[in-house]
Amino acid sequence: MSIEIRNLNKRFGSFTALNNVSLDIQPGELLALLGPSGSGKTTLLRVIAGLETVDSGQVLFNNEDATHQHIHERQVGFVFQHYALFRNMTIFENVAFGLRVRPKSVRPDNEEINKRVTDLLKLVQLDWLGDRYPHQLSGGQRQRIALARALAVEPKVLLLDEPFGALDAKVRKELRTWLRRLHDDMHITSIFVTHDQEEALEVSDRVVVMNEGRIEQIATPDEVYEKPANPFVYEFLGHVNLFHGRVHKGRAWIGDIEIDAPDHAEAEDLAAVAYVRPHDIEVDREPNGESALAAQIVHILSVGPIVRLELAREENQGKNLIQVEISKERFRGLQLEKGDRVYIKPRRLDLFPHLTH
Amino acid sequence: MSQFKQHSVLPGFNLAIGFTLLYLSLVVLIPLSAAFIRATELTWSEFWTVVITLRVLDSYRLTFGASFIAALINAIFGLLVAWILVRYQFTGKKIIDALIDLPFALPTAVAGITLTALYAGNGWFGQFLEPLGIKVAYTPIGVFVALTFIGLPFVVRTVQPVLEDIETELEEAAAMLGASRLQTFVRIIFPTILPALMTGFALAFARAIGEYGSVIFIAGNMPMVSEITPLLIITKLEQYDYAGATAIAVVMLVTSFVLLLIINLLQWWGRRRNALI
Repeated sequence: MSIEIRNLNKRFGSFTALNNVSLDIQPGELLALLGPSGSGKTTLLRVIAGLETVDSGQVLFNNEDATHQHIHERQVGFVFQHYALFRNMTIFENVAFGLRVRPKSVRPDNEEINKRVTDLLKLVQLDWLGDRYPHQLSGGQRQRIALARALAVEPKVLLLDEPFGALDAKVRKELRTWLRRLHDDMHITSIFVTHDQEEALEVSDRVVVMNEGRIEQIATPDEVYEKPANPFVYEFLGHVNLFHGRVHKGRAWIGDIEIDAPDHAEAEDLAAVAYVRPHDIEVDREPNGESALAAQIVHILSVGPIVRLELAREENQGKNLIQVEISKERFRGLQLEKGDRVYIKPRRLDLFPHLTH
Repeated sequence: MSQFKQHSVLPGFNLAIGFTLLYLSLVVLIPLSAAFIRATELTWSEFWTVVITLRVLDSYRLTFGASFIAALINAIFGLLVAWILVRYQFTGKKIIDALIDLPFALPTAVAGITLTALYAGNGWFGQFLEPLGIKVAYTPIGVFVALTFIGLPFVVRTVQPVLEDIETELEEAAAMLGASRLQTFVRIIFPTILPALMTGFALAFARAIGEYGSVIFIAGNMPMVSEITPLLIITKLEQYDYAGATAIAVVMLVTSFVLLLIINLLQWWGRRRNALI
């Protein structure tokens, strides 16, 4: 089922949760709504589910207006962050709930319910837990049951509100890959909300980055990471270093470095901020004839195959440490130690004129 | 002893349990056992003739019957009141919330006199009810009305916090799965508040069995008709029949204890079944 969202607006008192949000969701897509808390991502999800009304705008399911449809007509499955399992029922009954509450005319008979629930429990690999109660399960198991329960009513759309938010790091990682595989098998249009950028980039087909009730960027995980649309997306997705400089007629200057900036050919001596990812910075012991920034190593953190360096630029000692990631081989080759003087040069950067963060 | 005392990082178990037992003994156990000891002054046959005369049997029926019905009515309407206080925002909510506790605070005699004045043949309610053939004051119905009045806070105050704790997510989840409001209430909310409701019921019931002050004014106290057991005990005491009074008291005590025990067992069973954490 395709979902179309047109100019949604929603306010809670003086707080704007959704500010003219428009979005197209393709059938069978797994979409991530990513943003900090208060960015409106959960509100958007709840509006699609029908759990929240809007002040203006439309939600269309398969090109049909569903804005004022009742929850029951929408055929939407919803998974809550804190599972919301019914604790007075067994796992089996939790999953069967959606079938049992159907009107008699469309309710499957007991045998059919049995079969469907057993199949679903097998799908989430927990068929041996049917007669337990929710409190006897671990968080990861509970969330998988919540998913099975949502799928029991054969929804056309699956909505997940921070589904892994309450789980510990290891289980979260496992469930992430598992959800991706499950989605690849079922191809049900799914939207999930998260504030964890790694989760969004790893699981989804497309990422919608939200901030203060607005959509900042809609793109594939690769694009969002490689070509962030604006400084907010840059800073929200992974660590990033900021360099202050100037742009003028297609050229940019940061300290002693001069760089081509063809995107900003019309710029007339503007202040600019350059964003550089830690792994896009080259480190060397000598300037090698080219222009480079001198810096001192403040801290060395060696994790796995990557060595993270914290550098202080010599012009502004102590302020704004620069984070650099280099491979362990490179690190050994340079024989770097704390306090050493090095020269750095951004390999790739994005310039945003005017914006002085 | 070693099995009785389980190892714990919390200090002061010995002191705490010692104090608890001493306190319970002084306040509850010793006075109650005194009643039993006093009752042993009677032989078995004397005991039986006191406790199973027709007049006494009728009073048991009235006391336990009216208490049970009153507690049941309170369970239903107390739940409704708690529901409204928790679920809705309206002006005057704080005042209604405070009113709930009034039956706790009011001297029971005041309640009795007020209710009698209202329900007597010339009272505000009585003047309309009597032409319809409903006599409330000086009948068993009056007993029931008084017991309902004093039992209401118990149900409201036990159900209210549990109702407040129910996450809205549970109801949203049920709605997302296609359940109607009624189905959500019957299958999700009610099972969750049932243990608290039963506690409230048990408290209201226990209170009603022991109630004296408010009932004697409205009941009319006609032997075999509207005479409650606590009044019989007082009557016996006024006739200096201490042994007889304690004999009836012992019967009440044992019956109340058994009834409360059954309610507790039901709750325990329900909690295990519902597996509330």
